[in-house]
Amino acid sequence: MFISPEKGLGSVSSYLTRRILYAFPILIGVNFITFVLFFVVNSPDDMARVHLGNRYVTEDSISNWKSERGYDKPLFIALDSAGKKVFTETIFFDKTVRLFTFDFGQSDSGRDISYDISERMWPSLLISLPVLCLGLLFTLSFALLIAFFRGTYIDSSAVILCVSMMSISGLFYIIGGQYLLSKLLQIVPISGFDDGIASIKFLILPILIGVVGGLGHGTRWYRTIFLEEIHRDYVRTARAKGLSEKGVLYQHVLRNALIPIVTGVVALLPSLFLGSLITEAFFGIPGLGSYTIDAIQSQDFAIVRAMVFLGSVLYILGLILTDVAYTLVDPRIRL
Amino acid sequence: MELVILKTDALFFILIASLLAYIFYASKKEHLARPWRTVLKKPMAASALTILAFYLMVAILDSIHFHPEIEGSSSDTLVYSSQVVSLLDEVLKPINKNTETTYSAPFAIYSYAKESRESETGQIIRDYPRLMHAGSHLSDTSEVRSDLIMRSLGALGYWVFAMAILCLILISLRVVKLKSMVSDWQNLGTFFRPSPAQAAAITFAVVCLLISLIATVGPYYHILGTDKVGNDVLFQGVKGIRTGLLIGTLTTLIMLPFAIVLGVAAGYFRGWVDDAIQYLYTTLSSIPGVLLIAAAALMLEVFMTNNAGDFESVTARADLRFLCLCLILGVTAWTGLCRYLRAETLKLKESNYIEASRAFGVLSWSTISQHVLPNLMHIVMISIVLDFSGLVLAEAALTYIDIGVDPSMESWGNMINGARLELAREPVVWWSLFTAFLFMFILVLAANVFADSVRDAFDPRIRELD
Repeated sequence: MFISPEKGLGSVSSYLTRRILYAFPILIGVNFITFVLFFVVNSPDDMARVHLGNRYVTEDSISNWKSERGYDKPLFIALDSAGKKVFTETIFFDKTVRLFTFDFGQSDSGRDISYDISERMWPSLLISLPVLCLGLLFTLSFALLIAFFRGTYIDSSAVILCVSMMSISGLFYIIGGQYLLSKLLQIVPISGFDDGIASIKFLILPILIGVVGGLGHGTRWYRTIFLEEIHRDYVRTARAKGLSEKGVLYQHVLRNALIPIVTGVVALLPSLFLGSLITEAFFGIPGLGSYTIDAIQSQDFAIVRAMVFLGSVLYILGLILTDVAYTLVDPRIRL
Repeated sequence: MELVILKTDALFFILIASLLAYIFYASKKEHLARPWRTVLKKPMAASALTILAFYLMVAILDSIHFHPEIEGSSSDTLVYSSQVVSLLDEVLKPINKNTETTYSAPFAIYSYAKESRESETGQIIRDYPRLMHAGSHLSDTSEVRSDLIMRSLGALGYWVFAMAILCLILISLRVVKLKSMVSDWQNLGTFFRPSPAQAAAITFAVVCLLISLIATVGPYYHILGTDKVGNDVLFQGVKGIRTGLLIGTLTTLIMLPFAIVLGVAAGYFRGWVDDAIQYLYTTLSSIPGVLLIAAAALMLEVFMTNNAGDFESVTARADLRFLCLCLILGVTAWTGLCRYLRAETLKLKESNYIEASRAFGVLSWSTISQHVLPNLMHIVMISIVLDFSGLVLAEAALTYIDIGVDPSMESWGNMINGARLELAREPVVWWSLFTAFLFMFILVLAANVFADSVRDAFDPRIRELD
């Protein structure tokens, strides 16, 4: 009846191999989409012209720019090459293979993208991880509290409060928080970043705002999950046994509701490295979010392409982790 | 005047026409009309719908664009301005025309910044100049308060008059009965626990009061102040309504056909069709939405720089960029709906009536259109209303990081973007941000409340729980 641990692990690893193999066609698809977006809508010539400044651009400087960045090959099919080279001597093949080895190459301004990414993912993580953990702590506690008072005025007014908080733009929380805490009360600096322990005073505000901004949506979402569990039969049985309401909530509802919650959170974990574009732009955090924004503003195609690929890899990684988490927290599910 | 139909205008009118067609169709079919009646049974939802209707009306007015005639042209043939204005601009002309030189606070009659001017004695003094269009009809500046009160009272008078006329019309058309109206309002308790119709009526009356206040006070004061270049902030807030509503609705309209066709095809035909479609939406959904939008915005920027000559006007250019934003937002949004539709179609295909239909040899096409599609519509409906508010909020955020709408377009995102540094001034310039957030908050709140009610009414799972 029960699977032995070794057998379970074996099936997990064979499942993982399958999932990782399945990720390849998807990533090739992602690359194909970005390629269509980047090179078919605008030819490499167009990009060179924009980059070099539209006026006084000679054919020579364009072809120079292209060969420096490896854009001087055909896009998808090299008709004048022979044999396998029809497909391998192309920009698409070249860039895709490089991306799969996580060799992001140089940005259009000449910096090493892989180095920049490895430098800038930690500041992003310093904000997004505490936001996730603290947010989870607060939203779960509030949701459980509301579920305890379900059907009363406390419940309905809390839901109205949640919906109102959800309806406020995230920009409002950021601007309001900066104004209130940094300008009026002068508790923390408005924006900036520092290395090591000194960075804490810069991190407090973005983390606080991230937690408060997600409160409305999170609380309401977890309340729905809790209420769904509360309507289940096993809860009725637990109550019939004479368990107190608190006991029912902590012992049964919370533990069972944690299955969708934990798996949902696990899916987010890898993407934490990407950070938030808006938060990092507002607070001047040198993370991957502001890296992307800088790349957009300086029209750096190589960086944007690398970020799209990285984002997809992390997303797929999240999906795989979710499936693994399912088997770990819910023994009914086998891979 | 010479009509101009922008691309987004055309799509918006198609959307409204299909909305009207749906309402007409649904009112004839009991199984469609019943959940909608449940939606409107909640006072909050009725009130939210009223507010949404007002927003929609403003957006419609703002979607009728034309080239105005140039006044005073001597020749017999009419000369049209190259500028594109909307009907809303014409309606709000008294507010719109009153441009100052720089910031001014709400209801202020003096400018925000000091300017040098010559006094009567010939000395140069630095002082706050009077605003050109706010309170300029007053000779004595101490009269502002009394003038404001008088005008507000006037607005109240107009409002009472208009409401009375409306009530008389409704009573004479026998839509409502005077007797039941009086008895309904007699106990004060109904005010705090109104019926849906009463909630809608209260909301309608409040919005009408606001409109009447704007109409009487607006031309003489800047109710919500002016921005950096002296434009009326209230006017900008109202203009942002079209952008907000359109981004929430056009995005869904664009993605809907793809999501429905592909989702149903994947679930119904299975096999390689299913594999291909699953591959497509897994690939698309694995690109983080904001990065895909960023990439698309960047490429559009390059395309527009290289083909700058193809656009008639700034408005047409901004319009194309707006459409592309809707398109790319739609691409990131349709995968979720497609996945739901596929799963639901798989479930439906196992049901007895679909099996019977196939056993009788009914064509796949007719089975899908007759039996599958009608049973998927509740999912489509829920997804449309749930996505709306998120899209409105996304517009502001994306515009802030320069991958949203064109800077020349009136939108709340652009207002916030332009005003975010103003809080650093002394005294604080808060009104631009306040206006943008207020207009956005009301729309998103109404949409959220309405969406909740729609989901409760259409989601069969929730109905079982009750």
